[in-house]
Amino acid sequence: MSNIEMKEKVILEAKNLEAWFGDFQAVKGINVSYGEKTINAIIGPSGCGKSTYLRCLNRIHEEIEGTKVHGEVLLEGKNIYDKKIDVVDVRKRIGMVFQKPNPFPSMSILDNVVIGLRLQGITKRSTLMETAESCLKKAALWEEVKDKLNSLGTSLSGGQQQRLCIARALAINPPVLLMDEPTSALDPIATAKIEELMNEIKRDYTVIIVTHNMQQAARISDYTSFFVYGKMIEHGLSSDIFTNPKEKQTEDYISGRFG
Amino acid sequence: MVKLNSKTQDALLFYALRFISLLVIGLLLFIIFILFKAAWPAIIHNGLGFIIRTEWNPIENQFGALPFIFGTLVTSFLAVLIATPVSIFVALFISEYLPTQFSRIISTLVEMVAAIPSIVFGLWGIFFLSPLMKSTLAPFLKTYFGYLPIFSGPSFGIGILTASLVLSVMIVPTISSICRSIFELVPQHQKEASYALGSTKFEMIKMAVISPSLSGISSAVVLGLGRALGETMAVTMLIGNSPLISKSVFAPAATMASVMANEYTDANTPLHVASLCYLALLLFLITFLSNLFAKTIVKNFSKIG
Repeated sequence: MSNIEMKEKVILEAKNLEAWFGDFQAVKGINVSYGEKTINAIIGPSGCGKSTYLRCLNRIHEEIEGTKVHGEVLLEGKNIYDKKIDVVDVRKRIGMVFQKPNPFPSMSILDNVVIGLRLQGITKRSTLMETAESCLKKAALWEEVKDKLNSLGTSLSGGQQQRLCIARALAINPPVLLMDEPTSALDPIATAKIEELMNEIKRDYTVIIVTHNMQQAARISDYTSFFVYGKMIEHGLSSDIFTNPKEKQTEDYISGRFG
Repeated sequence: MVKLNSKTQDALLFYALRFISLLVIGLLLFIIFILFKAAWPAIIHNGLGFIIRTEWNPIENQFGALPFIFGTLVTSFLAVLIATPVSIFVALFISEYLPTQFSRIISTLVEMVAAIPSIVFGLWGIFFLSPLMKSTLAPFLKTYFGYLPIFSGPSFGIGILTASLVLSVMIVPTISSICRSIFELVPQHQKEASYALGSTKFEMIKMAVISPSLSGISSAVVLGLGRALGETMAVTMLIGNSPLISKSVFAPAATMASVMANEYTDANTPLHVASLCYLALLLFLITFLSNLFAKTIVKNFSKIG
């Protein structure tokens, strides 16, 4: 089901990944590989475990009380759930953008972008400024904020805040970027801007994006996985999934008969 | 029963609510007025010099409030200094480390400390803390920090530091429960934003929990200060009740509240009574200013946060 031919080098791989909230199993045995510098969409009806699955990939799921995860996630061949691995290092290499824009309310735009670098002990002002500029440019926000870098991050509009969060995630230069419905709280114009910038960041990063919006998945992704009730029904090239799905359930979903 | 028409009903409710609210404000003004009236002879006799004079000798009609103002401010500030870090740690432990079912139990227990009557704290201070201060704490501080003037002189168990320690225990529940409810307001997505950048739990707490809560923490501290400023019973039992201004925290002192409690029943000259009321007026002014100050901090911080 998930063993499709891929021309890219594998960077991230889930093996028999399962996740629980208390006794409720939200993710049931996921096996999938993601290629370097690709955009991978995860689609499926609400409550199908796609967000939970995504949150297992950088071990943020375990920050919620009463949750557990079984299985393996291999980042460049190394299991991030291995006891010897420091979870802090994992999250420095697998960035995340959340559904709701969440800039730090007490920090300026500039501080929001470079906080990840500061956490790593980088304090040189020129380095911080360079990174801030390049990341804000990648996030297509530079032109809008370059004259007010010291204003609060929360003073921006919702769409700008989300791009600020993308810049913040890019600043620590993680090879993999997870995005959990990053445009679901935004208007169509802001959404278009974010989709545009995703095509740009694809050159340097691997993106895994959960989306509720099938058109979005079809527009931006190279590969798509379809989830139902915590299981991955189908995974393949987006061009195949959206035009010629192998599974009946996938076809029903993308044609709007289900979900 | 007569059914009122809706307009009359609303009007009645409005007038009733307005009357009750005005009653509370009126009561406040009335108390200030009565206090002022009672203090008036002392205000005439002592003038504003009351605040800076240091002699307190009712028999000779000498009334100076400075030792009491000093005692009140020093014990309260020391108490806040000790209680603030403790309260923040307690609040962080409850809100960030304990699983939900335990955090409820622990926070209830901490809040129950606030339900202990002041006099019980006083007794605890006399029978436990004061001997401990004399035998262990004071010698320890004198051995290691004896070169500091604040730790000079002998300790007889009761004095500024003992009173401040008991006060700090009394205000920990106030400060920590406010801090805890502020920390619990931090949305999960802010914490996750911090974790997702590769922060440790300590760094997460610093940037996602503490930093946006600073204004709330300061107002919690000032509310604790307010409680410490006015606290009477336990302090009266532990401070030694001598109107002295000394540099050592082991020395006995007196606070505005403690001198009022001690002397009100024995005051037999009208000027003595009036001078105690003058002190009460000043104490009221200090707590009023500290509350006003707390409101200003919150306003300024909320502009930033």
